[in-house]
Amino acid sequence: MRAMSLPRSRLLPRDVLSVSSMGLRTRRLRAALSAVGIAIGIASMVAVLALSESSKADLIAALDKLGTNLLTVTPGQSFLGEDAKLPKPAPRMLRRLAAVEDVAATASVSSATVRRSGYIPKEDTNGIGVVAADPALVRTLGGTLADGAFLNSATIHEPVVVLGADAAARLGIVSVASRPLVLIDGRWFAVAGILSPLALAPELDSAALIGFPLAKKMFAVDGSASAVYVRASPDAMNAVRPLLGPQANPEHPEEVQVSRPSDALAARVAAKSAFTALFLGLGAVALLVGGVGIANVMVIAVLERRSEIGLRRALGATRGHVRVQFVTESLLLAGAGGLAGVLLGVVVSAAFAASRGWPAVVPTSVVVAGIGSALGIGAVAGLYPAMRAARLSPTEALRTV
Amino acid sequence: MLELEDVTKEYPGPVLALGGVSLSVREGELVAVVGPSGSGKSTLLQIMGTLDRPTAGVVRVAGFDVAELGDAELAALRAHRIGFVFQQFFLLEGMSALDNVANGLLYAGLPAEERRRLASETLERVGLGRRMRHDASKLSGGERQRVAIARALLGRPAIVFADEPTGNLDSRSSAEIVALLRELNRDGSTIVVITHDHEIADAMPRQIAIRDGLIEGGG
Repeated sequence: MRAMSLPRSRLLPRDVLSVSSMGLRTRRLRAALSAVGIAIGIASMVAVLALSESSKADLIAALDKLGTNLLTVTPGQSFLGEDAKLPKPAPRMLRRLAAVEDVAATASVSSATVRRSGYIPKEDTNGIGVVAADPALVRTLGGTLADGAFLNSATIHEPVVVLGADAAARLGIVSVASRPLVLIDGRWFAVAGILSPLALAPELDSAALIGFPLAKKMFAVDGSASAVYVRASPDAMNAVRPLLGPQANPEHPEEVQVSRPSDALAARVAAKSAFTALFLGLGAVALLVGGVGIANVMVIAVLERRSEIGLRRALGATRGHVRVQFVTESLLLAGAGGLAGVLLGVVVSAAFAASRGWPAVVPTSVVVAGIGSALGIGAVAGLYPAMRAARLSPTEALRTV
Repeated sequence: MLELEDVTKEYPGPVLALGGVSLSVREGELVAVVGPSGSGKSTLLQIMGTLDRPTAGVVRVAGFDVAELGDAELAALRAHRIGFVFQQFFLLEGMSALDNVANGLLYAGLPAEERRRLASETLERVGLGRRMRHDASKLSGGERQRVAIARALLGRPAIVFADEPTGNLDSRSSAEIVALLRELNRDGSTIVVITHDHEIADAMPRQIAIRDGLIEGGG
């Protein structure tokens, strides 16, 4: 009898798609609502990752512009724990190194205060410190002036001051056009310029900068620098860094601290990724909830469509065909949610990046991972309902309740 | 075409739904299996249609011994050799009449265009050529059953089982469906109709009466 051959039941791949999308096409609202959960989860994850990439790209661009080849030489502590001092010739010595391109020293004048007028009490310093600076400082730091001009070889001898960005704001000075004056220890100084914020030396944002020669004359500064900014040639960066200590203080190189301000910026990037992980976790929770929603909808679909399952078995569907149908339906549902989520995430992050002036960066890996994880969730969510549908015997499925 | 030898079916309980049924249907026959509700005729249909297996006995459909076939092979048998018509029609809503009929060969692995071509021919045969594009849910009961019959006939199966095909229809539509089944039988289809309605059964060339899980006559 079995000599008669019987072709197998077959469902063409194209038909798998149309069969599986039928449930979604006929129940659009329900499909859309259950896909929303996945979409929100994926959108938030894509947006978080894309935004963290965008802000990183922004910081890296800023670092590139500022350069990572700036080193700061400051006095450390002596062996006995006392504050050390840099030897007076340190800036000159540092300039002698072949790999060093630019050197600028600063020395803080701790006794001096800056005020708009004599009516303001002396104690009210506003946190502004007076700092003696080389004219090369702005060039060395890669800084720019918001208004006016920096100290030059002439003005370093005169009562002329350049204000850091914060210092100017605290004093209420926004431009030098009106030739503003400030009072430093009983003497009027002309404000020659206002600096833009210095990304690599934020400590100078709240400083009032005056020339070294005048500082020596007025405040009896001893001429030892409180910080020396060194711009090294980028290729020799690593080679030159260990040389700075001995060069600045040959007798006590251990009393010299050498740091790289761009490292602090890079640390900020790393700190931001910690937040990214948190938000990513929240997105994952949303995704999980979305997956549970899809599983729920699929369980209901299997219950509601019992007679359809019975009909399909009667038409010759194998258990495998039924299983594939429901798993594919779940995949389509989650995949549509994932796709919508990726689009939403890209739009949101692009808009946010644009509002911050960041470059909009959406890594392809994030898009792929977004859709991939949606499909993964869909497969897991659909598996159990599909198994239940496939386990139904044809007679059970066809029985009318 | 269809042979049952001493078939019994016991459900857990135990309930003996079929107590040793033997019958045979030859190619080209139109047979009514008639019996009151609870007589075991639905169980008989499920076993004849390979939707369920007997507890004991031999079932041969289209030359295949059902006991020798696995689950997937039974599905293949239904896909290629057996057609079903149900009392509740079981059309898929949101699909046109044409696509519902085309579903008759969905699991036979035929491309969609080929299925649709055959479906439109078959719809013409059952007199629904003009309503092909209509959504299944927009058709009348009689029309829906015609669609279901067309779906069952699509692959020119060896045998068609119709389970109370007129159960949900008014008397006029019922008469039309009976006339259609007779006509299709004249054209060569082998059809087994399960019904509790003697009037329907009497309209068929041959009747098999069943009561309490046993054949009373006509087997």
